[in-house]
Amino acid sequence: MDHFPTNWGRPRNDAYDAYNTYPLHQRPNHHTDVFSDGVQRTQQPIVTGTSVLAIKFKDGIMMAADTLASYGSLARFKSIQRLQAVGNSTVLGVSGDMSDFQYLQTLLDELIIEEFAAADKHELGPAEIHEYLARVMYARRSKMNPLWNAILVGGHKDGKSFLAFVDLLGTTYSASTLATGYGAYIALPLLRKAVEGRENTLTEEEARKILTDCMRVLFYRDARSLNKFQLATVTEAGVSISDTLTLETSWGFAEGIRGYGAQTQ
Amino acid sequence: MKVSAYCTASQAPSLTRPAWTRHLPARTHLFSSRPNPQPDDMFRNTYDSDNTVFSPQGRLHQVEYALEAVKQGSAAVGLRSKTHAILLALKRSTGELASYQQKMYRIDDHVGIAIAGLTSDARVLSNFMRQQAMSSRMIFNRPIPVNRLVSSIADKAQVNTQEYGRRPYGVGFLVIGGDKTGPHLYEFSPSGNSYEYYAMSIGARSQSAKTYLEKHYESFVDCNLEDLIRHGLHALRETLQQDKELTINNTSIGIVGPAGDHEKNVPPEGPFRILEGEDIDVYLKGMVPKEGEGAAPATAATEAPAGQAQQPPPAAGDEDVQMAD
Repeated sequence: MDHFPTNWGRPRNDAYDAYNTYPLHQRPNHHTDVFSDGVQRTQQPIVTGTSVLAIKFKDGIMMAADTLASYGSLARFKSIQRLQAVGNSTVLGVSGDMSDFQYLQTLLDELIIEEFAAADKHELGPAEIHEYLARVMYARRSKMNPLWNAILVGGHKDGKSFLAFVDLLGTTYSASTLATGYGAYIALPLLRKAVEGRENTLTEEEARKILTDCMRVLFYRDARSLNKFQLATVTEAGVSISDTLTLETSWGFAEGIRGYGAQTQ
Repeated sequence: MKVSAYCTASQAPSLTRPAWTRHLPARTHLFSSRPNPQPDDMFRNTYDSDNTVFSPQGRLHQVEYALEAVKQGSAAVGLRSKTHAILLALKRSTGELASYQQKMYRIDDHVGIAIAGLTSDARVLSNFMRQQAMSSRMIFNRPIPVNRLVSSIADKAQVNTQEYGRRPYGVGFLVIGGDKTGPHLYEFSPSGNSYEYYAMSIGARSQSAKTYLEKHYESFVDCNLEDLIRHGLHALRETLQQDKELTINNTSIGIVGPAGDHEKNVPPEGPFRILEGEDIDVYLKGMVPKEGEGAAPATAATEAPAGQAQQPPPAAGDEDVQMAD
């Protein structure tokens, strides 16, 4: 028991004066606390992006993410692009901490420049980019300093579509429909119902409609979402990321519900 | 020219001797007590003890000696078709009681090498190549592109030709591999150069094999595996000493590409494999006996003088192989 009230509530240092040899007013106070200059780790994401959705269709893959970067519950930045082309056949969709996303962008930019400089007809495709990201994410979590993101990697190269997930722990998996964050709860069942078994027959137009519908459901249900979003398509022709699209929504159902819209009573 | 204002013609600064050395005895090396070697001296010249110093002719002699070390090793031949890249090498043994020295190494599923020169140096480099290959698989889940693998060891070798206190590697490689851009054959040499080839040979008497390859290389592109190996064996046979022949014990064959007619249990992706012993008997039996077989050799072999940079093509009859008992 430490009988000195001034020590109470502070980090313990059992190695120092364990037997209370010094009277309170004489206790030397020049030692620094062992935690005071400790290394700081990411404890939580700060500026965040919400769900990313992606599906396979007959010509490639399509991905969707809204353009909001939230600061906690505040809709802080409303036109942030969260879909990123990497090389000529890959696109990333990133949710989670936006500063960590920016760090990943610099890493991948270096990687692509190095690959380009080799000029030997070898290119990093979606599978290689995904493996690299998984290594980076796992290495960082092993240093107890994760990059706080969940990322979808999609692409189309040499006639094959690729779609896979990687998160802050380095966990990876692959499927024909994927979603991060809130979308994994709300949109993924809808995507599976619409896509699974039809990956090789869905047209680009149908894929666009499926994703737009799911983004609309997410906008209704996810309090960190926005009605502005972008669609990325990767086919044999390469990567194309759309301009900002706006969701059509109707709020008529909310007329009589307390908690929605302006309150009249 | 300003110099002429205070120099007579005979005093004009020379390229080989700075003016401040004029008080020294004539033709004495600045940093050595040994007199300047005569032409017949066993020393090649005074610029050969430090590989980072150019000779006045603009050459790095230590690097050239390293290339000589490659020529001391037994020969290796490599060639390539549209579908395959293969290596053939002649193994040496130190005597009846000794085993044959390994000449080929697997680097990764899709890459293999044949060596000529110092085996210990080859082990260092092949270990490095294996690390590079594994790191590519680990980080990108991709077999390393063969050209990048070869460039990485060429870069290592180049450092040894430029930094103080080092020596060049005394080994040369032929590297074969298959990647997304097809089958490849590269030569790596201790000078830090690496080139891609349709066909190439390194090691002792490799010039003879090169002569054969230069004569036939245009037909290699469309060869099937069996014909390609036959060409390779014919080229390798050219490097043999007079009373030697290719046997299942002294020959290794390395292959990248789909399985051939005589091969079993080769995975469909056609990984690098080394054929030795009984497995190559069928290929040795398929060789065409040399012309003039059985005829007495016209002249004895005239070895190139040691230290000469390029071995001259051997005289006719020098490379005769006794196919019959």
